[in-house]
Amino acid sequence: MSGVRVLVGTRKGAFVLTADGNRADWKVEGPHFAGWELYHLKGSPADPNRLYAAQSSGWFGQLIQRSDDGGRSWETVGNEFAYEGLPGTHQWYDGTQHPWEFKRVWHLEPSLTDPDTVYAGVEDAALFRSTDGGRTWQELSGLRSHESGAAWQPGAGGMGLHTILLDPRMPGRIHVAISAAGVFRSDDAGVSWRPMNRGLRSEFMPNPEAEVGHCVHRIALHPARPDVLFMQKHWDVMRSDDAGESWSEVSGNLPSDFGFPIDVHAHEPETIYVVPIQSDSLHYPPEGKLRVYRSRTGGNEWEPLTEGLPQRDCYVNVLREAMAVDALEECGIYFGTTGGQVYASSDSGDHWMPIVRDLPPVLSVEVQTLD
Amino acid sequence: MIHPIRIALPAHLRTLAGVEAEVTIDVASPVTLHRALEALETRFPMLRGTIRDHGSHRRRPFLRYFACARDLSLAAPETPLPEAIVRGEEPFLVIGAIAGG
Repeated sequence: MSGVRVLVGTRKGAFVLTADGNRADWKVEGPHFAGWELYHLKGSPADPNRLYAAQSSGWFGQLIQRSDDGGRSWETVGNEFAYEGLPGTHQWYDGTQHPWEFKRVWHLEPSLTDPDTVYAGVEDAALFRSTDGGRTWQELSGLRSHESGAAWQPGAGGMGLHTILLDPRMPGRIHVAISAAGVFRSDDAGVSWRPMNRGLRSEFMPNPEAEVGHCVHRIALHPARPDVLFMQKHWDVMRSDDAGESWSEVSGNLPSDFGFPIDVHAHEPETIYVVPIQSDSLHYPPEGKLRVYRSRTGGNEWEPLTEGLPQRDCYVNVLREAMAVDALEECGIYFGTTGGQVYASSDSGDHWMPIVRDLPPVLSVEVQTLD
Repeated sequence: MIHPIRIALPAHLRTLAGVEAEVTIDVASPVTLHRALEALETRFPMLRGTIRDHGSHRRRPFLRYFACARDLSLAAPETPLPEAIVRGEEPFLVIGAIAGG
């Protein structure tokens, strides 16, 4: 019988949650790497037993862990992320220039076809690639050396490259998103890059429609229709029908269009999910009600999903990496909170239940659908 | 001449290295700060980058080095370690900053 494996990164370790295809009874394993921050873990689409994990600590820096047995055992692999050439400077919070400094890995994106190839999005924003299973890393420096690079600036959480989308139809096409620079696209496997932010509007910027500087929180696509992108921006939910060339707002009737994650139903490319958050200064759900909002029309018309979620006195946040979907026949949706709960729905979001309630604050959630 | 040097690590690095207490590392003369750390990283490659940067060998900011009650955190890499460390009578200490709740 098929099943799912949920990879959860938290402030104090990694957890692996498994269930069969019914997704009713869950086994919780962990913490792996106890006491360390796990910004992200992800499995290879080409080999589900191959997992990568980004393990970090304010004391001891960055480590990368690799598993070849689905998370039962791990091997420490390469952690040298050296910017190519002289790193130069980018804009600091006060408008001065600040040296580019590697701080941590925010996101790991394994290749769609090769288990040994994996991309890493890092802070300060840059894209690295390993082709030897994580042992060595090379920067794809065309991104950071883009002519706009010196104008990029960090958000309050740091200048992280947090989203990497690999186009399943065009192997050389990569979208990345950076807080707070925006979306960039390469069509030549990461050699050259273009900003993809036309149509975004960010009121905090001197020029709200500038080419770069937007605080994009997350972008997502459906693999069967990779030219359609969905975005949760700092404020505003957006969509693009031309692979990022232009964006239009689809916030519609959301109670707040601030939030962090966004994801797409595994079988319905026009069904998307967000978790509205009150504001950038509050970082908790409106009215103390934890609600996932679903649009079956690719945006604009949204419905709250509340069954099984706390509808009073709830003041957790859901971070950008902390939502994922499985690919079982009835699509499962998963998200984790800063309160340590991981919620799952096995019916496209109609009903929810907590898999586990009291983990450390959840930083990331990924799901593997297993045969 | 080879000297067995005792090194005490913070708890998280002991876990990472798969050791439970102090480690003893063979270091060739002259026993300096850099040579001791280099020998430690050679024996336990998973520690590379966790105590000092890969390229620059700059000490990570929340860590300090002590030997025989001397603070060597700002000492030059070629600084010789004290005789009591070289003779294995005292451990070389890598200490992490205290974090409270």
